[in-house]
Amino acid sequence: MFDKPLRGRVFLFGKNIDTDQIYPGRFVELTDVPDVAKHAMEGADPTFASSCKPGDFIVADSNFGCGSSREHAAITLKAVAVGAVVAPSFGRIFYRNGINLGLPLLVCPDLHTKVQTGDTIAIDVKSGEITDAAGKVIARAEVVTEYMMHILENGGIKPLLQKQLQ
Amino acid sequence: MHALEKILAKKAGRDSVHVGEIVNCTVDVAGINDLYLQTVRSFREIGGKRVASPEKVVMFMDHYAPASTITQADNQKQFRAFFREQNADLIMDVNEGVCHQVLADKCFSKPGQLIVITDSHTTTHGAFGAFGTGVGATDMATILATGKLWLRVPEIIRTTITGKPARGVYAKDVALHIIGKLRADHAVYKGVEFAGDTVSGWSVSERMALCNMTTEIGAKCSYIQPDAVTEAFLREKGITDYDIVSTDADYRYAEDLHFDVSALTPQLAAPSSVDNGAPIKEYLGQRIDQAYVGSCTGGRLEDIAAAAAVVKGRSIAKTVRFLVVPASRQTLLDAMDRGYIQTLVTAGATLVSPSCAACLGTHQGLLAPGEVCISATNRNFPGRMGSTEAKIFLASPATVAASALEGAIADPTAYL
Repeated sequence: MFDKPLRGRVFLFGKNIDTDQIYPGRFVELTDVPDVAKHAMEGADPTFASSCKPGDFIVADSNFGCGSSREHAAITLKAVAVGAVVAPSFGRIFYRNGINLGLPLLVCPDLHTKVQTGDTIAIDVKSGEITDAAGKVIARAEVVTEYMMHILENGGIKPLLQKQLQ
Repeated sequence: MHALEKILAKKAGRDSVHVGEIVNCTVDVAGINDLYLQTVRSFREIGGKRVASPEKVVMFMDHYAPASTITQADNQKQFRAFFREQNADLIMDVNEGVCHQVLADKCFSKPGQLIVITDSHTTTHGAFGAFGTGVGATDMATILATGKLWLRVPEIIRTTITGKPARGVYAKDVALHIIGKLRADHAVYKGVEFAGDTVSGWSVSERMALCNMTTEIGAKCSYIQPDAVTEAFLREKGITDYDIVSTDADYRYAEDLHFDVSALTPQLAAPSSVDNGAPIKEYLGQRIDQAYVGSCTGGRLEDIAAAAAVVKGRSIAKTVRFLVVPASRQTLLDAMDRGYIQTLVTAGATLVSPSCAACLGTHQGLLAPGEVCISATNRNFPGRMGSTEAKIFLASPATVAASALEGAIADPTAYL
């Protein structure tokens, strides 16, 4: 699934982007994916949901997704087809939720200092290599552990559990 | 091994585990909150037919208690139907209160348990010497279907707290101080143990507030070694079936931190990050529109007692709404019994039914643009309690009550 690098535009965010900013609490009662998609990143950037195109990346400073356990935060990013999120660290429940849904979350100490919103970059999810539009390597993310990669390559944990439960 | 590792090892059916390893553990208590109908959807999507251990699954109608929109009511209705279909009886309906307090009240929280809830503040149960951790809906669906969940064995940070806190300084003040020093991402993926004479001198209620707030430095779980205070609490509740483990002398902590709190003054977290800690004296006189005592952090009986002591015989400022939200039905009953509710309502407080209420900005006391709230809850993120243009200060219930009296951020010490 991740044999080729993913290409997309960068949306840059700061530190400690919490789940209330990714998906405000008052919309948690919504359960249908098209409704959930409308509020992606609304608390941090109300224009994000309409300007993000499938495959675009979120690049942020540390502790992205801190805060609540709401899976909506990962569902909404998946629903607007974010290609990957890259940050120096992630809130731990958001991390589990993202991987469970098949959303690549890459730990990289410094990508947020090297790109701007609107830049086009390519991310090799397997090797962690991140290149700019000219193909120059600008950062390296930590290699995703084998267990997490297995979940990502299967499109999330649900297909794996389906097999296990059959 | 650390006590937390011993709990995971036992639940994984292993003799030992080591840091960084991924282990598949049998969960003792699995809690679902009414916010996450996705749990049922994910259960169906993975092909779940029967819940593996319905006697271990607890449903909490706490975040929308009672429902304030048709969608919320319909989500709760679907949950009730799911529990009926699965012959699962443990529904804590809209009359019971916030999940973590309900688990403590109803004897689910005890040493040695693996408690997993779809709520980030499940770290609270470390106060009982349990391994408590929050997960999302699909992880919970996995537990429903299999009874188990994979967990990474975390590094543990030991935080020793010493010194007798001054009058007007509570576990919440200490937690805000520590979070301000360590910052919001200090303990991501890690466990946080608390030790020291300050902690041993605290009640279970104060310990729950402290452990609850570890979520705000990213912790996966927390831990306080059960002691005479824990055992007295369990004995009073008639709980005898628990398993206390302890940490081996040669266990190597990832970090060993020390805080002396004997000179600490009442603290707050300024908008809009929990690690934006400061002594309240830096903000005295800051106008407020709403004061809020409640939640799994600051809505226990001792919290309501502190607020009642501050406002007794006085009236809140006319410019302020003072919301009081007991954490659970038992808390409300006890607070009524002791006259605290009478005192608070007489002073001008608005009583809200036991629930998460406005803590997470879903209902019952939201903030308008430009408004300022001081709150005994756990988060002050932008938009957390309503408008992203509103501002939230976090503080202890006593500081919140004193601020309600003055209509501005105030030092509770003068009122205690």
